[in-house]
Amino acid sequence: MSQSNASSMNLTMYRVATWLKSPKPYLMIIGFAFLLLFWYFSVEIWQLPRFQDMPGPTEVFSEWFSKDPYYGLSIYTPEYYKHILISLRRIGFAFLLATALGVPLGLFLGWSKTLREFIFPLFEVFRPIPVLAWVPLAIIMFSGSETPVIFLTFLASFFATTLNTMLGVDSIDESYSRAAYCLGASRWQTFWHVVVPGAMPFIFTGLQISIGVAWFSLVAGEMVSGQYGLGYLINTAYMMIEYPKIIIGMITLGVIGYSTSAMVRVAGDYMMQWRVRELALGDN
Amino acid sequence: MGVMETKMNQLATKGAIKINDVVKIYDPDGAAVMAVDHCSIDIPAGEICMIVGPSGCGKTTLLNAIAGFHGITSGEIHLDGELLCGPGKPQAEPGSDRIVVFQNGALFPWKTNLENICFGPMMAGKLTKEEILEKARSMMADAGLAGTENSYPGEVSSGLRRRVEIVRALMNDPKVLLFDEPYRALDSLTKSVMHEALLEIYYKNKVTIFFITHDLEEAIFLGHRLIIMSSRPCKPKKIVDVDIPHPRDYSVLTSTRFREIMNEAKGVVNEEARKAFAAGEKEG
Repeated sequence: MSQSNASSMNLTMYRVATWLKSPKPYLMIIGFAFLLLFWYFSVEIWQLPRFQDMPGPTEVFSEWFSKDPYYGLSIYTPEYYKHILISLRRIGFAFLLATALGVPLGLFLGWSKTLREFIFPLFEVFRPIPVLAWVPLAIIMFSGSETPVIFLTFLASFFATTLNTMLGVDSIDESYSRAAYCLGASRWQTFWHVVVPGAMPFIFTGLQISIGVAWFSLVAGEMVSGQYGLGYLINTAYMMIEYPKIIIGMITLGVIGYSTSAMVRVAGDYMMQWRVRELALGDN
Repeated sequence: MGVMETKMNQLATKGAIKINDVVKIYDPDGAAVMAVDHCSIDIPAGEICMIVGPSGCGKTTLLNAIAGFHGITSGEIHLDGELLCGPGKPQAEPGSDRIVVFQNGALFPWKTNLENICFGPMMAGKLTKEEILEKARSMMADAGLAGTENSYPGEVSSGLRRRVEIVRALMNDPKVLLFDEPYRALDSLTKSVMHEALLEIYYKNKVTIFFITHDLEEAIFLGHRLIIMSSRPCKPKKIVDVDIPHPRDYSVLTSTRFREIMNEAKGVVNEEARKAFAAGEKEG
């Protein structure tokens, strides 16, 4: 075990080193710089029409990193972290619940044709309903301000996870389960040793989509109901005409959303060493 | 060589397959298609029996019926006098006495080579983990696989993967190995190495081999007997005895006797291939 950890560590180090040597990181920096410059020039220098009310980068960043922020929100105020933590807690709850329910359901839907005939049509009707359409019902069904938001966040996540897991089971080559039966495995043993690990790559693709849509529905939910949270922050900042706070909330969402998605990817790589090693060979 | 010769002459006492008047009719969309037509083949224990025929002639259907992946319409198949499938039992139960080596390989990519090899006995649960590991290590060493235990199948060459797959099958002391064109995708150099390796493994382990191929050279080099099948519906058209003594090595390929058998078989095979082509059969 420790040996495989060491080799996966080395592989990560190797990848970071190659990445730094490639042009990729520098192109990335140029891309960000380009956006910042466009923002700066269009708002602060040229003052293009329709851009007049937009906060410029100078205003946003000086507010964000100010010890005494004019609108009361910066990296030095505890309120900023409270918004982040509350959003993260909702995402965590909803994502874990969606994974805990969606993965097993998807596995069984993929595995048992009878179960699929029974449940999948229901699923197909509910899936295309946009999360925003659930808002009124969520508020009617759940009391308080916290549960409706978590429910909305859970919903989109759950559909993405279940569907991808099911497709993952479908994608498994029939020879694998046939081989398992040949080698004397029972139906359950085949499920554990073939279906679950075979669907794993799709499950993790599903989880990455799932965490993405979770953030999407979280912000939608927080704008309608809920207190605190980054969606709430953006919405109230708009109502109170505190425009720099909108941008701070948006950039924070981007950075944190990306980090959670990266965490899911790292967890996937950790659980699927076989795939990481296969892909590493494919790169050469 | 002398030791091998004596070993060779003591053929396996188990693993005689008797295919008696088997018919398989597929019924896709109400249009009955006869895949196997009153086919009878007798394979004595320990024989390498090569089933030769054009692609899509229904050879795999026969193999799947023996393995228990699908049923037969009528007739019966016996293994050592025991009914595998027949009247009242249309489909055989897959089991570790008949193990399939698949066309594209079916090693579990999420298990290491060693875990793959240990899979059958682990599922059966008759031996302790230590006994299984010991057996696996010694069989791997025998097959020239030492040092690849902790690699994943995706990390080793395709030739090595085929060998791991055969060892995985042999770990269960099967009576019969069923090969479904396993070397089809390999280049001809790797193929010839694999043929010699397979014979070497065969000389050490007493098994019956049911080997499907459309490569006549492969068939004559490996087999005791060729059963040349007619194209769809599939039934034996000509049986050719390969009276070249085992153990064989690649010098056999240039011998006069080899050429003679080749000429004898080629006419029949080509005729069937032309029929199959005219009928527009698909691969399968």
